[in-house]
Amino acid sequence: MPYLLRRFLQSLLLLFVLVSFVFVIGRIIGDPALIMLGTSASETALDQLRENLGLNQPIWQQYLVFLGDLMQGDFGVSFRYGFSMMPSDALRSEGTPVLPIVLERLPATFLLAGTSLVFAFSLAVVLGCLAAMHPRSWIDNLVNVISLASVSVVQFWLGLILIIVFSVQLGLLPTGGFGSWQHLVLPALTLAARPLGRISQVVRSAMLDELSKPYISAARAKGVPEWRVVFVHALKNASIPIVTITGDELSQLLTGAMLVETVFAWPGVGLLLIDSLGRRDLPMVQAGICVVAALVILVNLAVDFAYTVLNPRIQMDNRGGRA
Amino acid sequence: MSAVDATTAPQVEEDHDRAAAITGRAYLSALMRDRVAFVSAVFLGLLLIAAAGADFLAPFDPDKANLRARFVPPLGTARDGGFHLLGTDELGRDLFSRLMHGARVSMSIGLLGAICSGIAGITLGVLAGFYRGLLEDLLMRAVDGMMALPSLLIALFILFVIGPGFGNLILIFTLLHWMVFARMARSLTLTHQQSTYITAARAIGGSDARIILTHLLPNMVSPLIVLFTLEIAVLILSEASLSFLGFGVQAPQSSWGLMIARGREYISSAWWLVVMPGAAIFLTALALNLVAAWARAITDPVQRWRWLTPPRGKNQPIDDDE
Repeated sequence: MPYLLRRFLQSLLLLFVLVSFVFVIGRIIGDPALIMLGTSASETALDQLRENLGLNQPIWQQYLVFLGDLMQGDFGVSFRYGFSMMPSDALRSEGTPVLPIVLERLPATFLLAGTSLVFAFSLAVVLGCLAAMHPRSWIDNLVNVISLASVSVVQFWLGLILIIVFSVQLGLLPTGGFGSWQHLVLPALTLAARPLGRISQVVRSAMLDELSKPYISAARAKGVPEWRVVFVHALKNASIPIVTITGDELSQLLTGAMLVETVFAWPGVGLLLIDSLGRRDLPMVQAGICVVAALVILVNLAVDFAYTVLNPRIQMDNRGGRA
Repeated sequence: MSAVDATTAPQVEEDHDRAAAITGRAYLSALMRDRVAFVSAVFLGLLLIAAAGADFLAPFDPDKANLRARFVPPLGTARDGGFHLLGTDELGRDLFSRLMHGARVSMSIGLLGAICSGIAGITLGVLAGFYRGLLEDLLMRAVDGMMALPSLLIALFILFVIGPGFGNLILIFTLLHWMVFARMARSLTLTHQQSTYITAARAIGGSDARIILTHLLPNMVSPLIVLFTLEIAVLILSEASLSFLGFGVQAPQSSWGLMIARGREYISSAWWLVVMPGAAIFLTALALNLVAAWARAITDPVQRWRWLTPPRGKNQPIDDDE
């Protein structure tokens, strides 16, 4: 089977496993009626909700209905979103379909994650290349410090520090919300810290490897300008590990955005998910998790596609996977 | 006597020399020479002492409200004359004392989580690498699959359903972090299984259990300890995130992540309530990463001699991993 087709089927399988997992956790380990109404609900209210949701049917039948609904893009309806917080609302027969609400929030998350990634990636490539050109220089040390700090810092704390400095003390930027470009700066910087550290470290070591190879000496001997040697000749050949780590970081960004969105009240999927958890809105939570996880799986698949373009050898290698 | 002679000597002799030279004292003096790693190790040691002895060592009762000492800034003195190194919170509780008690929760979650996921992962990984076959196939598929899923998201969902709390956090971390240990344990097992000493142990009739426990595992310890150290840092950070979102440690227990979440309400007036607990997490994770980097360098047979032999000249050994 061709490599890409196999990867595609694997991704579908993974998605199926994830959805089943959500079902098992939500329906079998937890009791949806209890989750949605809380422990203080009366027994009659619980029974009525179970009846409405079809929870009295055999579990395998519920599972098939659940899968069938998902196939049609039906993640259920929310009784909480846009309603009052009264638990009795959950007993109403009509609610708001959750999937459109989740999808509505996606552009904001994409904007945030995309900005962070573009910023982190471009800065990381420049820093990493400079560090590789001048080993043991101050810029090399800087890259080491950034990458070490970025894996040790809690993202949401970094966001709060930026708020303290730039919003509270200096009054330069808003503390949160959505609208102008000023609202984007702090959350994007916060989210960019981790990929910046990880990617620049990988760029540095990949470039160190490449720059010691004979073809680089050949290019230099021919009189190719140094910037061209580094940023065109070597960078092109160092791109495979860089793409891998960037893809990994992109999927991390999608979940990391959850915390950053919460800190900055950025109206993306992450904030919706966290709010829905607080509202005990099970259908919305399930839809949010499935959408974000599907995106992560999609990103991983896209990285593998990018891979075969960059390195045709992978397609030939049957056991070839990502390093 | 120099490192150069030792590395050119025949393999057997060299191994013998190394084994003899690597005593606890050699490790200690190597640690003293690497200033960054030394400071990190001292910091972690102090932190463990502070966490374990918080009941006796903390200058104030961490839960005792004192309304005459509300919002005292760091290095400030309250109106009742109490000196507060890191200031006080909205109820006048001493932040430094609260950090010490929070350290106990954060550190024990990190340690216990890493121990549980380590035991689960290493057991599965060694069995997969040792017996190969269907078990290995299934296990490695599961590892790949789980690594591809967003773990924070899944942790949140499970905690949402089963409820937050200390025990459930450990359970979640075990469920979602065993894969890294399994992956490494399997690949180490595969490498060592090719070795002559395993063949020899088998030839003299050693049982599988004996080969795994007395031959295989002791040889896998050092890389696994490095991974273990790194995982503690990862888990402390995850715990902080989950507690911040309200799905981790619950009051009246307090962890560093929960303290940041509480301090957030007062971010415009009392910055230290947010800055200090986060700084504690940062320094702890940083120290763990630095110690792990040092441990990786010193247990790497290629690099180890640079560390364990007395320094020649002023040049510090430089660890260039990756």
